[in-house]
Amino acid sequence: MSAETAAATGQAAAAISRKPQKRGTIADGSTRRSRTVRYLLLLLFLLFVLTPVYVVLITSFKTSGDTTAAQQWSLPKEWTLEPWRKAWDVLQPYMIRSLSLAIPAAIISSLIGSANGFVLARWRFPGANIVFAFILFGMFIPYQAVMLPLRTTFTELDVTRGVPTLILAHCIYGLPICTLIFRNYYATIVPNEIIESARVDGAGLIQTYLRIILPISISGFVVTLIWQFTSVWNDFLFALFLTQQNNGPVTLGLAALAGGQKVDYAASMAGALITSFPTLIVYILLGRWFIGGLMAGALKG
Amino acid sequence: MHGRIRTWGPGALVLLPTVLLLGYFVYGLIAWSFNTSLTNRHTARKGPADYVGFENYGHLFGEERFINSLKNLGVLTVAFIVGTLIFGLLWALLLEKGVPGESIFRSVYLFPMAISMIASGVVWGWLLNPSQGEDARGLNRLFEILHLGFLENSWWTAGNRWTTMASIALPAVWQLSGYIMALFLAGFRGIPPELREAARVDGASEFKLYRHVLFPQLSPIALSALIILGHMSLKLFDLIYAITGPNQFRTEVPSVYMWNTLLRSDQAKAAAIAIVLLAVVAVLVIPYIAYTVRQETEE
Repeated sequence: MSAETAAATGQAAAAISRKPQKRGTIADGSTRRSRTVRYLLLLLFLLFVLTPVYVVLITSFKTSGDTTAAQQWSLPKEWTLEPWRKAWDVLQPYMIRSLSLAIPAAIISSLIGSANGFVLARWRFPGANIVFAFILFGMFIPYQAVMLPLRTTFTELDVTRGVPTLILAHCIYGLPICTLIFRNYYATIVPNEIIESARVDGAGLIQTYLRIILPISISGFVVTLIWQFTSVWNDFLFALFLTQQNNGPVTLGLAALAGGQKVDYAASMAGALITSFPTLIVYILLGRWFIGGLMAGALKG
Repeated sequence: MHGRIRTWGPGALVLLPTVLLLGYFVYGLIAWSFNTSLTNRHTARKGPADYVGFENYGHLFGEERFINSLKNLGVLTVAFIVGTLIFGLLWALLLEKGVPGESIFRSVYLFPMAISMIASGVVWGWLLNPSQGEDARGLNRLFEILHLGFLENSWWTAGNRWTTMASIALPAVWQLSGYIMALFLAGFRGIPPELREAARVDGASEFKLYRHVLFPQLSPIALSALIILGHMSLKLFDLIYAITGPNQFRTEVPSVYMWNTLLRSDQAKAAAIAIVLLAVVAVLVIPYIAYTVRQETEE
């Protein structure tokens, strides 16, 4: 990210929810009308964005006879939970695997990312920028370019197929983004004086990190944890290349539920909702930090 | 000398595992893939393979299917970037001065970003049903209901590359416009209010204020947005897989073609496609990383 964006990144979560500065004392006649137009446009776009949500929701409560073309946009004639039950039966084992995968992967890569980010932000050693660029590049690569030998490597290392393989993969390839988020966090949020004073006291790097930095990194951790959890949960590429239906995560399960010849649309829509719940809940509860992570983080595809 | 090691030694020690891991799993494996792409390993069998130089690349670029996938990728990327930037900037402009209920608008515009491309692909694949008229489904049915029949469309099954790939870009635009809005909104809010006041005192019109004062301030953010969107689009895979299934010539892009090649166990060719994809991404991203790092060094 450019320096400007990096600066914006640090305070992004705060900046974006900051109320705009006083709207000025100049009250021209067009203001009210333009405000109404603006509001109507915003509502129109709101409708656009929510249209798929409406149709997914109503379809997920329909009986199989009720999903005909003509009925697609109407409310269910008869509300049923059957599609949800069906989707849940298929997806439940995948959901459990995804949870047991996303949580440890998010925690491990955040911890390492935090230590890395701190070093890169505060410790000026020769070639620090080269190391940073070296790490950063890993964030942008199309994973197809490593996928084949990665599979071979995991087989040779005898890593258990399924959840352990994916945890390892996500931890490794999540390091660049976590390092970047924390580096920007420490470079902009944590005052230099805190670290300087620690160094004067003679505290070493690791001491400084453990005693002073870790306790004030909470919001940085919230950002990376959310970011990593979401991207691990939503990942499909690693899942497809490294796991099978019997040991894969929820994206793989959903693709199977909604794929094939005879698709049950109501169950597919319920499935899409079920698999999206965990990330949506995180988004609704912790939206502020989610935005912070996006700012620093959506560089990862 | 001893003092210098004490200064930067511990830092290097912290970074060492990451550097080693990425050294192997990013750079080492890329080299491995590249190596495979230079061989005739066209089956799944193990054991030695012969080097054939750049023959696989020569074949790729002489192949209609691969060229088709590159053209699709180009069109997809243009449609996706233009669409996302238009909506993202528009939403940011509408929200920038603050409106009642702003946080609701922001949250709704942004929420599709939290959903996996597989889930959104399942939904959009269903919305983009090509049936029309009496039998119309999905969005076409909605157009029918709203008496907007002229908007009905055969979406990604259209014969025309632009319509096809724009239909694939549509869900991606739906998912990521909110993110671009958030970037620009943070940019607008980061501009010191004095700049606006000064321009207003000078008698600048609203239009001139944006054109000459505010937009120039946002150009670094626009550059970041462009790079982020560009590299996402080049790597797009899940969405196409979920909407059309992997085996569609019409919507095939290199990332999907690589997967199809691998299903036929042609490792050398799959590796060559992956390396071409990497090269395309690198052309976009390396200058950006270099620029970023250099700029930060100057500070």
